Amino acid sequence: MLLNQFLLLAAALFCIGVYGVLVRKNGMLVLMSVELILNAVNINLVAFGALTDDVGGEVFALFTIAVAAAEVGIGLAIVLLMYRNRRSIDLSEADLMKG
Amino acid sequence: MNALLAAALPVFTEGPSEVSSVTREANWFLENAFIIPLLPAISFLLILFFGKRMPKKGAEFGIAAVGIAFVLALITGAAWLDHRDNFDGQLSESPATGIEPAHDDHADDGHADDGHEDEGHEDEGEDEHAIGVVADDGSTSSDEVALAVEAEGDGHGEEGHAYVAVQNSTQWLQSGGIEFSAGTLVDGLSVMMLFVVTLISLLVHIYSTDYVSGDRRYTHFFAFLSLFTASMLFFVLSDNILQMIVGWELVGVCSFALIGHWWEEKPNSDAALKAFLTNRVGDVGLLVGMITLFFAAGGGQTFDTLSITNTINQGGVSHTALVVAAAALMAAVMSKSGQFILHTWLPDAMAGPTPVSALIHAATMVVAGIYMVARLYPVFWEGMQIPGSSINLLATVGAVTLVGAGLLAFVQTDIKKVLAYSTVSQLGYMAMALGVGAWTAAVFHLFTHAFFKANLFLGSGSVAHAVHSFDMKKDMGGMRTFMPQTYKTFIIGSVALAGVFPLAGFWSKDEILVGTGGWGIFGGTGGPGSYTFHLTMGMIGAALTAAYMTRCVYLTFHGEYRGGDHGHDDDHAHAHDDAAHHGDPHESGPRILYPLYILSGFSILIGLVNLPPGFQLVPESWQERFLHFIEPAGASYFPAVGHATPSWSLAIISSLIAFGGAGLAYWYYFVKVDGLARSTGQKLTELPNGLVTTNAWARAGHKVLVEKYYLDHLYTGIIAGATKGPIARAANWTNTHLIDGVVNTAGETAVRTGRQVYDKIDQGLIEGFINGSGRVSDATGQELRRINSGKVQNYAAILFAGAAILAGAFIVILAL
Amino acid sequence: MNSVLAAVSQDADIVVAQNVFFGVIAVSMLYAAIRVVTTSNVVHAALWLVVALAGVAANFILLGSEFVAVTQVLVYIGAVVVLFLFGVMLTRASLGDDESVAQEKRSMAAVVGVLLFGVMAFALIDTWSDDRLVIDEPQQVTEVSDSIFSQYIIPFEAISVLLLAALIGAIVVARQD
Repeated sequence: MLLNQFLLLAAALFCIGVYGVLVRKNGMLVLMSVELILNAVNINLVAFGALTDDVGGEVFALFTIAVAAAEVGIGLAIVLLMYRNRRSIDLSEADLMKG
Repeated sequence: MNALLAAALPVFTEGPSEVSSVTREANWFLENAFIIPLLPAISFLLILFFGKRMPKKGAEFGIAAVGIAFVLALITGAAWLDHRDNFDGQLSESPATGIEPAHDDHADDGHADDGHEDEGHEDEGEDEHAIGVVADDGSTSSDEVALAVEAEGDGHGEEGHAYVAVQNSTQWLQSGGIEFSAGTLVDGLSVMMLFVVTLISLLVHIYSTDYVSGDRRYTHFFAFLSLFTASMLFFVLSDNILQMIVGWELVGVCSFALIGHWWEEKPNSDAALKAFLTNRVGDVGLLVGMITLFFAAGGGQTFDTLSITNTINQGGVSHTALVVAAAALMAAVMSKSGQFILHTWLPDAMAGPTPVSALIHAATMVVAGIYMVARLYPVFWEGMQIPGSSINLLATVGAVTLVGAGLLAFVQTDIKKVLAYSTVSQLGYMAMALGVGAWTAAVFHLFTHAFFKANLFLGSGSVAHAVHSFDMKKDMGGMRTFMPQTYKTFIIGSVALAGVFPLAGFWSKDEILVGTGGWGIFGGTGGPGSYTFHLTMGMIGAALTAAYMTRCVYLTFHGEYRGGDHGHDDDHAHAHDDAAHHGDPHESGPRILYPLYILSGFSILIGLVNLPPGFQLVPESWQERFLHFIEPAGASYFPAVGHATPSWSLAIISSLIAFGGAGLAYWYYFVKVDGLARSTGQKLTELPNGLVTTNAWARAGHKVLVEKYYLDHLYTGIIAGATKGPIARAANWTNTHLIDGVVNTAGETAVRTGRQVYDKIDQGLIEGFINGSGRVSDATGQELRRINSGKVQNYAAILFAGAAILAGAFIVILAL
Repeated sequence: MNSVLAAVSQDADIVVAQNVFFGVIAVSMLYAAIRVVTTSNVVHAALWLVVALAGVAANFILLGSEFVAVTQVLVYIGAVVVLFLFGVMLTRASLGDDESVAQEKRSMAAVVGVLLFGVMAFALIDTWSDDRLVIDEPQQVTEVSDSIFSQYIIPFEAISVLLLAALIGAIVVARQD
């Protein structure tokens, strides 16, 4: 197998995730897209680990999974809070950071 | 990283040298000192989880834990005394090379022109590193084995045992070849701190059960008192610099929580924030300093305090690295120990409950900085070039602080703020003493100051408990008739603080003044350097201290009672809002008075533990006990500090100066103001303010003091304003001028031009075009505005696009 | 001689099988991922996410990292997706269609995505085009655990603290009072 097939797959997954983050209005869907991005990174980590025959790649993939779990927890809490305060999780309505 | 730092700093990184003055096996209590901080830590958790359900709301956990810790600290202290004199375990005796019968070191006043050599013993102490330490008491050590050998005919009949610290360290974790350990380091300094912290904490706990009773966060208060005690004990026992950082930060957090105990009111939470943020400034310095030490002296391998100080002491670290480290650590000392320009948080911290002020902001936490300097003394010794110089940063900052804060104490009307500035001033003494090389004097002053300052703070709390206010001018006066016991203890504390013979403050302050090595006309010389300027400041400080304490005592306890008709509506005495009893103030209860008695007793007697040599009234074996047991003289990790010879004349002159200061203040307040108040029948607050109203210079000086040297203005107004303002203004300007401006100007100009054209030339033909161009410019502006829409996803899109374009540019550049 | 040849051919078979398998996974994964970001139904999006994440797990197995793959299934498909579904239920917001997004925004995002992919693909092909992966045996779990608890102990501790902080943070943020 080529290393590049994994890397390109990861790059594609990453870009799809980015697209999702940019385009989605629903907070939940944005979080899902973030998960895609994180998984793309994981593929890279493991692939490079396999290339160099180093266990570090896998270890950090595991760490990323742990961090992603934490991120989902916090992210959902925030979405929930937003829903409670505004009865909507539409991100395009959250524009208080206007200049 | 290591290589980077090694390249950046001209340091030796061949690794730390072996410490010789340390043992792992000693008395059980010395080895297992970790139990002492552990107890209050457990108490913290117990109070947190079960406190509210207990009959005494959690106070019993705190008192029990700190009480046991105090007993353990006493036993540890006793074990240390025994260890210091009788330990000859693991270290092999080396034959004494070139020991001669020690002549009386104090008689020869060699001016310590070269600080590396102690006076008296140059003939044998000069090997390659000049580390062969000759302690003042005649105990000697060589470079390799810091082992003192019995010197015949020793001036004080000292035991010739070496100073051997006890370290009990265990590996916490290991990563990348660096071992992180956790452990305890017990030597004279930490034993002393254990005693001070546990004793004062115990008394404060007992005092608080009365003082904050009925408070709505009573349990919370005791939890944090316990945590604070635990962190401070953890800090003083830490055997490596990493642990010190942890303890240091923990102490800061507890301070934050306790200052903001009554956070519902804005000034209190502001004070807590101010304390925390000011301390953060210093913490950056601490971190930089410690990291520098880790790489420079720890060889990038060890955090161990003793091996770091040992390496520095053996000359294994370049001067540049030490200057960097000492300067960075200096910032930490300035913030934590309230040294000048970063001291501003300390007086504000008086917003916390009074027992907290006594415990944290007088006796223990603020001395953390002093303790850190004392613990890492070789860093400053070399980095600041303490020996043989006549001025250095540490000493000068201390000297400026002690006079500057002493002046500020004069204009305060809040009794706790007087004491707070007094604390700052006394900390200045300690920093100055460390800076001039009088290590023992500084530590001794720390020791005595803890007792009488805690006494004063608790006394002021007792008064405030009665009058529900801290304002001396408005709500106090004449308190001696209402509270005779508090009055007595407060007087004892004040006299001790003013440094009147034979109370505690006299001995320690005099030792500091002697330690400056100063003018040389008193005979009291022989300190490591000759710090004339600092001796002068110390003298001025002595007079100031005596004078402002006289003022404070007069305003609080003498004259007419000025409270009463104000009602008890003051904000500060929250704890007693519910029990607002009217009528005359009354003496406090036993749980407040007994701690005061005990502390007064210590304030009177504690100075006797370090009677100066040559003090003929007592047997020689009673002299300099403190020095003998506390100072690591001869240890391989401690520089060869010199000891100044005490001088009668200096002691008498400094006492006279203090009496002069007190006398002036006495004359002004007790005679002039009091008489005036009596003759006119007016209250003190209504009297014309004498000099200040008549003399323009005095008025200007008073104004500067009232404004606290304008430091707060400097910080909030100028520095914060200068950083915050322009950023906000720039953003605002961009918004109003650039974006709106583009829109508006373009639109308006277009419309205005259009109108002109419309008026002057043809209406029908050009009208459409004009309006159109106006609309177009308006639309352009709106378009531009949309970038700043507040929609996060748009920002994200710009971010990703920018990143992609930059990466693309990078690739193109690389590929070309 | 024969055995060597047999081994070689066997290896070649494995490589071919791996490649085929990879192709199938990659296509389905990408399709699922695209559906995640385009479908208008939130629940469907979550279910498509399961497919995409399972594809990632399959990729881990191809790369010989069984332990990571199992963790991926357990944590992501087992926990994270369930969490999402709970979130969908709790917010009760638009179980049905996600409101239509302005075409302008879509195209802008698509441009950004394609631009990113172009840059990355160019860089990857430029740099790694002739590196081959030879996966002959899966990574031992013992090695992974040894490594975590010795060499990477500090990141591990940091992650533990982070998880705790996230736990407390989530409770604080979402608490109803």
